[in-house]
Amino acid sequence: MDLQIALLLGQDGITNGAIYALLALALVLVFAVTRVIFIPQGEFVAFGALTLAGLQAGRLPGTIWLLLALGVVISVIEASRAVRERQFRRIPMILLVNCGVPLLLAGALFALSPAALPLPLQVLLALLVVVPLGPMIYRLAYQPIAEASVLALLIVSVAVHVTLIGLGLLFFGAEGSRTKSFTDVSFAVGDTLLQGQTVLVVVASLVLIVALYFFFERTIYGKALRATAMNRTGARLMGISGSLAGMLSFTLAAAIGAFSGILISPITTIYYDSGFLIGLKGFVGAIIGGLASYPVAAAGAILVGLLEAFSSFWASAFKEVIVFTSIIPVLVWRSLKTRHVEEE
Amino acid sequence: MSALLSQGERVVILEVNELSVSYGKIPALHGLALKVHRGEIVTVIGPNGAGKTTLLCALMGLLPARGEIVYLGEQQGVGRSVEKLVRQGMTLVPEKRELFAEMSVADNLLLGAFDRYRVGHRDELETMDQVFDVFPRLMERRQQMAGTLSGGERQMLAMGRALMAKPRLLLLDEPSLGLAPLIIKEIFRTIAQLKKTGVAILLVEQNARAALQVSDYGYVLETGELSLQGPSRELASDERVIESYLGLGGRH
Repeated sequence: MDLQIALLLGQDGITNGAIYALLALALVLVFAVTRVIFIPQGEFVAFGALTLAGLQAGRLPGTIWLLLALGVVISVIEASRAVRERQFRRIPMILLVNCGVPLLLAGALFALSPAALPLPLQVLLALLVVVPLGPMIYRLAYQPIAEASVLALLIVSVAVHVTLIGLGLLFFGAEGSRTKSFTDVSFAVGDTLLQGQTVLVVVASLVLIVALYFFFERTIYGKALRATAMNRTGARLMGISGSLAGMLSFTLAAAIGAFSGILISPITTIYYDSGFLIGLKGFVGAIIGGLASYPVAAAGAILVGLLEAFSSFWASAFKEVIVFTSIIPVLVWRSLKTRHVEEE
Repeated sequence: MSALLSQGERVVILEVNELSVSYGKIPALHGLALKVHRGEIVTVIGPNGAGKTTLLCALMGLLPARGEIVYLGEQQGVGRSVEKLVRQGMTLVPEKRELFAEMSVADNLLLGAFDRYRVGHRDELETMDQVFDVFPRLMERRQQMAGTLSGGERQMLAMGRALMAKPRLLLLDEPSLGLAPLIIKEIFRTIAQLKKTGVAILLVEQNARAALQVSDYGYVLETGELSLQGPSRELASDERVIESYLGLGGRH
């Protein structure tokens, strides 16, 4: 291996690692706030990428139907609850948010012929379709059992994951898609060529991470999420309800997932089930951070990216094996490091 | 007592009748009735395990309860929840304080105003200054993590955080628990001060002497039932209370 190959692999590893880092952050966030191990995180990557690809190909992405369907189901549930509590005034708002907005979006997709729109608008439309799925799935699948054990929540996550994979196959078919490159610029660094798109992935990930940092450190809603993660009862007593925190964290997770998918789709072909493996590698990073530390999770995810890139060069058949086996020493190290309070 | 009520300006903030709470099949509270007026400090004293904390948790909506709870003239029904009560100005300072340990004192206070912020109020900084006036110690510590505070400072922060919500009814659960005598004195002085702001306070205490000194009206809770009640001054000189809760030195 010479320097040039090492640079290429390093570039590849950091690009993928940046995406894994974003997903790792989303996983830590969701777990800290809701105790949900969010296996379907990867599906949002695939949905984001494939929705954008669909829009660019002039097809109506199937995710819009999912959005409409979930909107109707949530409207029925919320409206019947409002009737039971005799709060009829809330019903128009419930209908507007859950049915009206998705319908408006579907209408826009029909009317606008998104294929002809400029790229930023296409990205915006794709995000508008995919991101609301996050809080909606939280409302339907997790909120009713928010107080359940971590294991029960994990089982629900598996169910949601399998369902979304199936729907992905239904919506997008078995063949993969790539979206148009955001930029054709490339830079020469020494002997190697640096693709503009790869730089974009890394820069956009960094910007997003900094934005998340500011959200959590500087805004009252970000602080409210952190407070919920630290002390659920304390947060409730301040009026920060578990469902509000859950919705907010799932919205962020869905946005991070969909955005990651959109970032990498010009570099990698995305299939309906590609999200799972990508999400799982983010999960390895999150585990390195103990599902608790944001910076360690992000660093761990970069490490996973690099490990993957270099192992694909030396032992490409074992690439995934090496990445996922690396979790074992991490777990051993973490369990040795953790002292149980009861035993002291 | 009816003569007092007919004076008119004594607005009832909270009225509870036939309140019962049980943990599964085990009854914890049975047939409680109590009333809190605006600008009044009402205390519930009683021994360990009498159900004092259960009472506050039930009122706050943290525990399901049977019976009639009327808050601000509104009967609490099916839709009763912690979040709704917080919005209507009921705030609980729990026994365990439930602070956000890895956040600064200032952030803890800020989150006390979360619900007000959410409905559009933007006066959290002024409210924080008012809280700093009440607890100057919090001002000095405002950049420090809540988890590094001393016990007394934690109680001050828990109360300050609750005040950030500008409550109409403040529920205080054992504010003296685990604190040094001097600090207890300071906390109770603050409670007496808060009364002047017009907030109604329901104070649950094991430290009966201090609680009866600071309050206007008192109830004695024993094994899930109210056994005695009356104006605090009368309770403090009641023989049964002296014998069980105040000890021999009670009539100094």
